[in-house]
Amino acid sequence: MRVVMTSNYFEILRGGINTTFQDKGRENLYHIGIPFSGVMDNRNFLLANKLVGNDLNAPVIEFAYQGPHLRYTGDQLNFVITGDVIFKIKKKGIEIDGDCYQSYHLENGDEINIISTNKSVYGYFAIGSEIDLNFQWNSCSINTKANIGSNNGKKLDTGQKINLLKINSDKTLKKVNYIKSKIENIRVIKGTNFDYFSEEGKKIFFEKEFVVSKLSDRMGMRLEGSKIENIINTNIKSEGLVKGVIQVPADGNPIIMLSDHGTVGGYPKIGVVVSVDYDRLVQLAPGSKVKFKEIELSDAETLFKLYEMETENLLNQI
Amino acid sequence: MLKNISNLGDAALYCDFGIQVNKATNLEVIKYFNTIREKKIKGINNLTPSYNKLIISFDLRVTNFSEIKNKIENLDTTIEQNKNNKKIEVPVCCDENFALDKSRLEKKLNLSYQQILTKFFNKEYFCYMTGFIAGMPFLGDIDENLRTQRLETPRVKVPQGSVGITEQFANIYTFDSPGGWNIIGNTPLKVFDDSKERDPNLINPGDTVIFKKISLQEYEGSNDK
Repeated sequence: MRVVMTSNYFEILRGGINTTFQDKGRENLYHIGIPFSGVMDNRNFLLANKLVGNDLNAPVIEFAYQGPHLRYTGDQLNFVITGDVIFKIKKKGIEIDGDCYQSYHLENGDEINIISTNKSVYGYFAIGSEIDLNFQWNSCSINTKANIGSNNGKKLDTGQKINLLKINSDKTLKKVNYIKSKIENIRVIKGTNFDYFSEEGKKIFFEKEFVVSKLSDRMGMRLEGSKIENIINTNIKSEGLVKGVIQVPADGNPIIMLSDHGTVGGYPKIGVVVSVDYDRLVQLAPGSKVKFKEIELSDAETLFKLYEMETENLLNQI
Repeated sequence: MLKNISNLGDAALYCDFGIQVNKATNLEVIKYFNTIREKKIKGINNLTPSYNKLIISFDLRVTNFSEIKNKIENLDTTIEQNKNNKKIEVPVCCDENFALDKSRLEKKLNLSYQQILTKFFNKEYFCYMTGFIAGMPFLGDIDENLRTQRLETPRVKVPQGSVGITEQFANIYTFDSPGGWNIIGNTPLKVFDDSKERDPNLINPGDTVIFKKISLQEYEGSNDK
């Protein structure tokens, strides 16, 4: 670890459940067993950075469910929280409710208490400053399973400090009106082992509701519901996986691969969540109901283009 | 021998080299893998070679399935590849404390531990792929008399350095990790070193591995430990 003398820093009064530094992740490492990692919800990540005047790929703090409680020491800076998040700002002993998608000034001694995400999983805390972080393979993203990334690959913990380097000179406050579109179905493209499943199993997959299990994290989302019957083989020879792949192991319950997933796996792939729905998928909290809908590749590509244009429009409003 | 290309979702190609698991098929996969890496095709952001498949991930903001498919179909894989496959000796200690599945294997294979180790050590194994967890090599093929299934209930934590076998393969756990392979010993060798960003894996696809039996004294005296 580098030792940096700095006068601007956050003390972590409470680490939160799974608080990590993230950026867009790392590429071209699947073949050695290292996944992308990076932010789970890309749109909220980009908006957070834009709202504090950072480079769009600057490191942010991602939290899940309960976030961190932080006390700031140093010169004035801007911060923002994106997602659907309940948080408080304490200035000179007075606590106010914070609004997401709106940047605030932070002065010496102020506190931010990120109480919880609301009917969602991930939120983002961006600071209008360069953060003192280690990078591995050009990314600060923390992968707690492989202990890769900044903070020695470990989640942020109570008692730690976050040291800042250069505070952004532009401290104009910004906001954006962003209303999250309601999600009806998660759209999928049939997987390479779709025919391993019985007619009844395929029907269950597309017609029945599944419930997001508590055993979900940055690696994968486990679903529970009617069992999906396999009629060929419950194992395949291990092969590569990508974000969004839905595997069905022998117990018949689907598992969706998320950003920190194992790079190879040996369970049949019934489907793959399309890119356009990934940001919304990861925000489904345990207990949420999910229904899958099949779409064609060409539609998935068009929908993704539209989603990217929408993100671009939101960024341009800031 | 690339038999078919299909899409895996909207941001990856699934290149199928057949259903067999053997060195010839895998070498073909590795040839494609190396050629595509050297070409640095715009938009491709990950390659995952395995026994008989190659998955090519791409950035849907930059390119799409049909564009990449077209490039792969017209790829010239006959170009001489200047890669040096290595031969790596991996020391393994089979002391009681490390051979977690000694009695299970003796029972399942109906062999004494001495017989199991004689069949396992001092043979050349081929690295088919690395992955699942960072740097874990999938090696083969082990002696036909050593082949058995995974544990019925996987361990929550297999210790780092554990050497496991299942079916026709052997592997090395590069981290403490959940896992269901039959553990026969432990290596003090650092198989994944993330301080070497350029080449963190000791063993790469195409390399050859020879396991050498060492004593507990040698294990404890090893520099890597």
